[in-house]
This record gives sequence, structure tokens and C-alpha cells, in this order.
Amino acid sequence: MKKYYKPSIFFLSLIPFVLIFYKIIFNKLGPEPVKEITHFTGEWTLLFIIFTLSMSPLKKITKLNIWISFRRMLGLFIFFYATLHMLTYVVIDYRLDFQSISKDILTKKFIFVGFAAWVLLLPLALTSSRKALFYLKDKWKKLHRLIYVIAILGVTHFIWLVKKDLTEPLIYTVIILILLLFRFKFRRIKN
Amino acid sequence: MKKIKYSEITPEKIYNNRRSFVKSIGFGASSLAISSLPFLNNAIGNEQNNLTSYKDITTYNNYYEFGTSKGDPYKNSKNFKTKPWEISIEGEVEKPIKISMDEISKSFTSEERIYRLRCVEGWSMVIPWMGFSLSKLLSKVNPTSKAKFVAFESVYDPEQMKGQRYPVLNWPYKEGLRIDEAMHPLTTVVTGLYNKELPNQNGAPLRIFIPWKYGFKSAKAIVKIKLIEKMPTSSWMWASPREYGFYSNVNPNVDHPRWSQATERIIGEGIWAPRVKTLMFNGYGDEVANLYTGMDLKKYF
Repeated sequence: MKKYYKPSIFFLSLIPFVLIFYKIIFNKLGPEPVKEITHFTGEWTLLFIIFTLSMSPLKKITKLNIWISFRRMLGLFIFFYATLHMLTYVVIDYRLDFQSISKDILTKKFIFVGFAAWVLLLPLALTSSRKALFYLKDKWKKLHRLIYVIAILGVTHFIWLVKKDLTEPLIYTVIILILLLFRFKFRRIKN
Repeated sequence: MKKIKYSEITPEKIYNNRRSFVKSIGFGASSLAISSLPFLNNAIGNEQNNLTSYKDITTYNNYYEFGTSKGDPYKNSKNFKTKPWEISIEGEVEKPIKISMDEISKSFTSEERIYRLRCVEGWSMVIPWMGFSLSKLLSKVNPTSKAKFVAFESVYDPEQMKGQRYPVLNWPYKEGLRIDEAMHPLTTVVTGLYNKELPNQNGAPLRIFIPWKYGFKSAKAIVKIKLIEKMPTSSWMWASPREYGFYSNVNPNVDHPRWSQATERIIGEGIWAPRVKTLMFNGYGDEVANLYTGMDLKKYF
């Protein structure tokens, strides 16, 4: 039974991708399709950040180690959806107009933090293998704590882009803050 | 850009037919409808002057009184009551009046006016409004010499407008224009679109439309027009004075503090259509630039 867990989560995690792919092919994205793809991939990036950050609290709550074995795959899906999100902006929206893109990154703070978050994901994705874990040893853990910074940058990116109604980004912020506080609290109890 | 003449634009029927024509080929030629592929159903070239479809104009709206999502106004305004409706025109005028919507329809003939709408969020539409110049309505009340500004107030009715139950903006929605902007012939009192009655989600029964300003300047469901001496504070200025100024003229050189205004996406053009350059005063510079001679538009944004 347990051997089916990981493949199941893998295929479940691909559902958003299949859904957006279907919507693109069959023109089901509404009047502003590019914005729709951008928002969709952005939201799923945040959701996968939440899923990934939930694994160790779930382990502690349920006292089951199995959760931790899903963490790497979920983390790589953060990178997958974040990259789709970034490529939508760079390729579809701005059609590789790097002059406009670099100007946006340097002058618009919401784009700057979003881009920074994606750049910070790179070393984590690159060192996700068992081999990297073996070579980096203690450093690996420190490096992968970057995900906490990335999570904060991710929700900040969302908060700064919203015109007025902050309800949705604040829901994400609260969930992520709870997940981060959980770690902080746990470490203190342990000490 | 000049005013778009009706003759330059494909009429809605033919425009729609184009798509159904492509669609019929699609259904005939293969089991996969060709027209449903976004990269095939868009004509190649610049479609900046093509009318936006009735469906997109009436289902993709910013009208926070009915909710903050683009589809909310269409869904939540279905039962909004626009009859009877009365508008009060008051303030620095010789003859303040309360005028009913019926009377307005009788006294002023609406003509088709095709204008481009540029939203501050970076998208645009081309809309065939029905309406007449606001100056005609204002001439009914004889503004005095103290009338330097015009303030518009939208309806406040949280029973019917569920967005107003939340303090997203300070309700009722308020907007304003300088008197010379308000008297400009392009400033339009809108009563309909696509030769039909104005749908609720587009600001029925009566709204204004100022084609060279960002969309939020064009207040919907207006109940009060007040001529005043001092510059009014609009709802968006009140919400975020750093981001939204009184003038809010479309200007590709002055960015929103958080995003660029240099380009825009045209609604309905599909996923592979490129962004187009935003035009100064939304393309109406020939008509309105003289209203702002000598003004620093970076300061008075």
C-alpha cells in the first residue's frame, strides 16, 4: 500500500498543470487568458509552498514519518509551478522583451520579490538529490531553510500586486505564518 | 489616435460572424474545433481598433459594489433595480434639479460613441457606448462662476449591492472632474452600449465615461452630480493617495507605483496576442492635451 503513496501524490500534483494545459488548448481562459495563467500558476506555487511546509508539522502531530518522504517531491513541484509562473510572464506576457522585463524587476517591488523568490528556489532544486544531501551534510539543512524566506517573499509578492481587496493574499499569509511559527515554537520546546 | 469612426470598425454582426465562420470550418474539417484553438482564432495583426465583444464587455467588469472579482458584477447585479431612478444636480448652480431617468431619455438623444477604455490595471477594450455629452446635461442647471469642479456620487444601497457591505472602498463611490474636463465634448453621459440598454454590470441606468482617463474615473450608477468650488476627493484617492491621483489621465510615462503603464493587453485578443503600447491620453491627445498645457503630469497624475 505504502508504495503507491508517492506515485499518487505525483499524479495529483500534476492535475493543476493538466487543467491549465487543457484550458489553454481549448480556449477556456476567459477574456484575459494571460492574466488567468499567471494567477493560476502563481496560486499553485503558493499552495505547494503550503503543502511542503505542512509535512514536518504533520509528522509531529501524527507521529508518522511517512510525511517527510513526500517533502522533496512537493518542494520540486513548488519549483515546477514557480517556473511556469515566471515563464508565463517572461515568454507569453512580455514575449522575451528583456528590456521591459529587467526594468520591471528593478523598479517594481512586487516583481522584484517574485523574481528573487524564484532565483532562491534554484539552489534548492539543484541540491534536491540524495547525492547533494550526502555531500553537503549539515550545510544542506541550513541551505534548505531558505524555503522559509521564499515563502515570505512569495506572499509578499501576492500582497503587493493586489489592487485593493487583500482577503486572498492575507489568507495565504496567515497560513504560512502559522506554519513558520510552528517550527519556531517546536525548536524552543526542544531546547 | 483619432476618434474611431464607426465605418472603420467591423460591425458586431460581421465581427461575430467571422468567428462562427471560422468555427463552421473547424467543425467541418475535423473533430477538433479549430476555432477553439486560441492561436488560430485570432486574426493576425493589430486589433487595437476592433470592437470588444458584447460578452466580454458585459462579463469582465470592475464594479466593486457588486464584488471585487471581474465576473462578480455580471453575477451579482442581475436583480439590481434601476427603475425608478432620479439624479440630483446641485451645488454651485443657478437651477438645481432632480431629474428622472425617463426625463433624461426624453430630453437627450443618445448617439453611438465608440471609445477605447483603458483600465489602470493594464488592459483595454473598445466599446460602442450610447450616450451624449455631459455638457448638455450640465447646461440645464446653469453652473455659476464658482463651479470649478464636478463631483459624481454613485448609489449607496448595500441591500442590493453586496460589495458595499464590506469596506473595500469608502462608499458611496465618488469621482470628480475639473469643470473644463466635465464640459469637454468627449466626456459622455452613458445610457447604453451596443445599441442596447446599459446592462446593470456596466453602470445602469446612467454612468459617465471619460475616454482619456483610466476606467475608474468613469463612475457608474450615478445619483448625484454636484458642482463645487474645491477639488473633491475621489474614492480611490481616499483609498491610496500615493497611487491614485485626481487627474488619472492615461499616461504611459507615469507608472502606477507598483506596476508599469507603458503597455496594455487588449481584452478578447487571446493568449498569443502581444501587449500593445499604451497611448498618451489613451489616444485622445489631439482632443484633450490642451486642457493640461503647462501642467507637470508627473506631479498631477
